[in-house]
Amino acid sequence: MSFSHATIEKNSIFLLVGILIVIAIGGIIELVPLFLMKSTIEKVQGVRPYTPLELAGRNIYVREGCYVCHSQMIRALRAEVERYGHYSLAAESMYDHPFQWGSKRTGPDLARLGNKYSDEWHSDHLKNPRSVVPGSIMPSYSWLATTDLSYATIADDLRVNRMIGVPYTDEMIENAKQDLEAQANPDSDGVSDFEQRYQKAASRVFDGDANRITEMDALIAYMQMLGTLIDFNLYDENANKR
Amino acid sequence: MSETKNLRLGEGLTAACLGLGLILMIVIAGKTHDGAMQFHAYLLAAAALVAIAAIVNRFLDRQETDAWRTGESGYNLGVVKLATVAAVFWGLVSFLAGLVIALQLAYPAIDLDLPWFSFGRLRPLHTSAAIFAFGGNTLLATSLYVVQRTSRARLAGDIAPWFVVWGYNLFIVLAATGYLLGVTQSKEYAEPEWYTDLWLTIVWVVYLLVYLATLMKRKEPHIYVANWFFLAFIVTIAMLHVVNNLAVPVSIYSTKSYIVWAGVQDAMTQWWYGHNAVGFFLTAGFLGIMYYFVPKRADRPVYSYRLSIIHFWSLVFLYIWAGPHHLFYTALPDWAQTLGMTFSVMLWMPSWGGMINGLMTLSGAWDKLRTDPVLRMLVVSVAFYGMSTFEGPLMSVKAVNSLSHYTDWTIGHTHSGALGWVAFVSFGAIYCLVPWLWQRKGLYSDKLVNWHFWISTLGIVLYITAMWVSGILQGLMWRAYDSLGFLEYSFVESVEAMHPFYVIRAFGGLLFVIGTLIMIYNLWRTVHSGEVMEKRAALLQQQPAE
Repeated sequence: MSFSHATIEKNSIFLLVGILIVIAIGGIIELVPLFLMKSTIEKVQGVRPYTPLELAGRNIYVREGCYVCHSQMIRALRAEVERYGHYSLAAESMYDHPFQWGSKRTGPDLARLGNKYSDEWHSDHLKNPRSVVPGSIMPSYSWLATTDLSYATIADDLRVNRMIGVPYTDEMIENAKQDLEAQANPDSDGVSDFEQRYQKAASRVFDGDANRITEMDALIAYMQMLGTLIDFNLYDENANKR
Repeated sequence: MSETKNLRLGEGLTAACLGLGLILMIVIAGKTHDGAMQFHAYLLAAAALVAIAAIVNRFLDRQETDAWRTGESGYNLGVVKLATVAAVFWGLVSFLAGLVIALQLAYPAIDLDLPWFSFGRLRPLHTSAAIFAFGGNTLLATSLYVVQRTSRARLAGDIAPWFVVWGYNLFIVLAATGYLLGVTQSKEYAEPEWYTDLWLTIVWVVYLLVYLATLMKRKEPHIYVANWFFLAFIVTIAMLHVVNNLAVPVSIYSTKSYIVWAGVQDAMTQWWYGHNAVGFFLTAGFLGIMYYFVPKRADRPVYSYRLSIIHFWSLVFLYIWAGPHHLFYTALPDWAQTLGMTFSVMLWMPSWGGMINGLMTLSGAWDKLRTDPVLRMLVVSVAFYGMSTFEGPLMSVKAVNSLSHYTDWTIGHTHSGALGWVAFVSFGAIYCLVPWLWQRKGLYSDKLVNWHFWISTLGIVLYITAMWVSGILQGLMWRAYDSLGFLEYSFVESVEAMHPFYVIRAFGGLLFVIGTLIMIYNLWRTVHSGEVMEKRAALLQQQPAE
């Protein structure tokens, strides 16, 4: 045998290069095709970027570590589809930076939470989960209702999202702050423009207090749209077989 | 001897960089509107100031002797001591944080309605403290010790090794305080935000350079097997960390950033990272510990040299593929899931190859298990490693995973690995290192090690059995149908059913914390009242050889 492992053992650079080659292979084969194959993300109608208020709410969801106990990924299993709704599509999270699929269900899956409960229910539940679900072990998030949402630089958030592939238009970025305020206040002037820019986005007072925009407003706006963008009556499963 | 004192180049450059960093931090602190960013900028500014003062102090205190000009003699054990103390400290922090969040799941009122004390913020604190603070410092201590001893060379660099250990611990403080303030990018085990990630990248590159440079000046012709594993761990973590954390900050004055990857690609990148944080941080690195400390403690050579080679290359090749087993039945394309399952099952073989190599090293020395509780801890850790690496491939079978995923079974699995393998092998290594580093004849008390071992083992057993039962129960409740074909249980009924197991789990965690406190007391007494071993002191100080 001409090759001896001693060659590698006696040269730290050979060892280093050998390790680099061996560890690179698996990652390249599993990751690169996901970016190149068109079939990775299904073709669907209706998925749009988050509205500024929803994006701000999503950032609160991330900040509070909701993903630690709640998944947003309904697996293609019978019991799961019956409990939560249609299994999740890759297309539904294609604008999610980062993804929120989660890995643990200490609480239920939230992928199709939108419009299942009223805004009041969410508000009560977040303030004191056991007031509406006695057996719940969720922490309470009452301070969200008393903390004003900080959104002065929300246009920058949209701009950065566009840099990394979310199709926000110039118009959306320019009007980000007004759109955020319009969504939280149905009586404001900007509502019709806002609703034109974002399909299926509802403008209302989410936390029950019309005088201020709180973190609760943003979080509920986000949760109420989860999983609602695709009309599954129109979804062709066979066209997206992978 | 009459020469004037000179500031070394490394000291000057480091101080200059720290000065620039200090100015940058003050500017950021002044301009930002983000409270968390301001806090972190001031924290970093203070750290830079302290570091500059330390360098100045070091310069002023230095006695110029021939020793430093010819290269400092002996091994650099100061950094190893520092990392060892940090490992013990962070170990206690992470176990306590784990106990608190375990209690919160059993008794939710313990959240106290405080933002920073809620489960969602404390859980990343617990996992990061356990993996990166406790595990990371243990790896720093052991790798920097082992590379010196097995190379018969002093650690490369003058300031660099100190920068690595202090810099790494600063990363931990940034990450941990960030979590409490709600600064997170929500990628599991990669939660720290962009600036903390950048800092870790700098520290990690210096770590790699110190490690490689030490290997290069070794006096032994062969690189010892433990170093292969440490090197693979350092290199792979660098790759994973950089790719998984690529992000665009909203501005340099903001803690918030957006990850460049999205949706399904982000999920795959995350679990490629996440599973290999397990594979390379918690496995390869700790196998490096096994390959040095088990033979050393048992006073026997490694069982099989050939098996080490096969173990090493097959493990590092196969592990990288296993990520998709975190994403079965999800929107990840099937081809990737199938690859993930195949390689995860194959991974069983190198894992057990390593376990056999570790355990069989005791051939001819099995009797020591009765007399040496430290060796017993090391050997039981390898046994737990074998158990977890059997359970892992089992849970990576799609049919099993459809039941186990999203449940407490996963939590039980990670803890049989984290407590049984990682923590026990770390404790074993620390029990070896402390008398060696502080030049003591032995530990203050072997009896206390015995107590630590049994109390912790009982804690682990309670923990993982509780999680097995609750996990499987959860999984079955979620898929149970009644006679009419409807789902039998609402979600919250499955939550309520978990309560007794969460109480048992918390009790197991408490036992583990008690064991750790016993260890800390024992180590404290060893350092402060143990008998000094003159011969070892002389040996370590004078020549980098054995």
